Amino acid sequence: MSDMLSRRKLIKTGIAAAAGASGLGLATLLADRNGLIPPDHSGIYGAGETLTYATQRLLTARHSLAREYNRSDISKIAPVKGEPPENETYRRLADGRFADWRLKIDGLVARPSLFSLAELQRCPSENHVFHQACEEGWSFIAEWTGVRLSYILNLVGVLPQAKYVVFFGFDTNFDAADKRSIRGKWNSIDMVDAWHSQTLLAYGMNGQELPMPHGAPVRLRLPRQLGGKSTKYLSLINVTDTVQDIGKGFGAGGTERGFSWYAGI
Amino acid sequence: MAESACVHEFATPSSESLDSPRHSALVRITHWITAAAFIGLLYSGIMILIAHPRLYWGETGALGTPSLIDLPIPFMIGHSGWGRYLHFLSAWICVLTGLLYVLSGYRTKHFSKNLLPAKGDLSWSRIWHIVWREVRWKQPSEEEALTYNLVQRLTYLAVVFVLFPLIILSGLAMSPAIASVVPALRSGFGGQQSARTIHFFVAVVLVVFVCVHVAMVCLAGFTRRVRAMITGHSADGRELS
Repeated sequence: MSDMLSRRKLIKTGIAAAAGASGLGLATLLADRNGLIPPDHSGIYGAGETLTYATQRLLTARHSLAREYNRSDISKIAPVKGEPPENETYRRLADGRFADWRLKIDGLVARPSLFSLAELQRCPSENHVFHQACEEGWSFIAEWTGVRLSYILNLVGVLPQAKYVVFFGFDTNFDAADKRSIRGKWNSIDMVDAWHSQTLLAYGMNGQELPMPHGAPVRLRLPRQLGGKSTKYLSLINVTDTVQDIGKGFGAGGTERGFSWYAGI
Repeated sequence: MAESACVHEFATPSSESLDSPRHSALVRITHWITAAAFIGLLYSGIMILIAHPRLYWGETGALGTPSLIDLPIPFMIGHSGWGRYLHFLSAWICVLTGLLYVLSGYRTKHFSKNLLPAKGDLSWSRIWHIVWREVRWKQPSEEEALTYNLVQRLTYLAVVFVLFPLIILSGLAMSPAIASVVPALRSGFGGQQSARTIHFFVAVVLVVFVCVHVAMVCLAGFTRRVRAMITGHSADGRELS
């Protein structure tokens, strides 16, 4: 009797385990198809990271909007983290007030293009007063002026297989022929954030041109993630279907140093 | 010896006290997973906090703006990213385990049977009586030790149904993505920095709870109580306290 019971129990447990395993497999497959798995899904922290990213992507699926504050809410102090790039190219462009600066957009686009600052400023501009928090814990509210990233993406014509938009700044050491050896602060976002109506290429802050430590001449503004995701000192935007071949394949320079790729926290 | 062991073995199944273990398997498993996750959350939480050991009220706060509290920790250690990685992994383990505990607790009537105080039992004088007894290091009677006393019940209920929800919600309120989906969550806490401050203080209360909890376990007999939380039964198999 007890023998039969234990056998029945064993069979039941076996079926439950098989169902659980195949359920998990199916969930993984579905999550991957729907873009719910972040580039840094491996390793000991990968499970937590994937759960956070997938859950937040499901929650933000209906195009949730970051709160827009009033101008009276703008913080008197807008702290910055990090120094402007120290390389010769950036210094020369800054000396010329970025008149010679060009933003290159390439990768999975129909019309790879170069944009000057004046050309970006001639695009429809928007002002947004956003709250921005740093990974470290501090935060401030500022007004940002810029063009929607989606507007520029539409101009260059994003190909349907695109999955990520990768941002390189002047503090990135990048060689397109050897993507693995990339160094510095580069980052990438998924297409949900890339097409989001509040995602800006910002060239102005609090009514002035973008101050140098805040990322002059142009930086990304991504209000639904921590400030560190909004890449500064932009020089190149690459549209791609995978970030696995860049650096260590985690989708961001910071992620190689231990900061999770998705920062919607 | 052999005889007594034999008797003991045969006596076991009929012993009413042993039919229902002190802690059910589910309570034991979720207890230890939560304990491990709590250590992960606390350690990584401290790592995140020391990157900016100042607390503010309202939406914003940074160096150069007035703070609510400056914790006496120097700004020496910058943020190391793995702090957030570990915090979120531990948080997921804690939340999923907690959900399992609460859902099955309802199903098995764990809360109404073991944690909800009896109607007539709830009074300040009763609470005071128990606290006063503990302060004087007096052990409860054997009968009393079989169940949780009023103060234990209220404390555990507060931890499960007030402190944990509060720390989860204040944590979520700090998230820019969550705040874009549920703006009322952030404004309900008084802003992103207020949520951070509340998150910190609830964590402090939880740490105090854990310290008192562990101290009480030591006083009541560390090995016996810990064994009960692992195996479900106390050491000699007869006495449940």
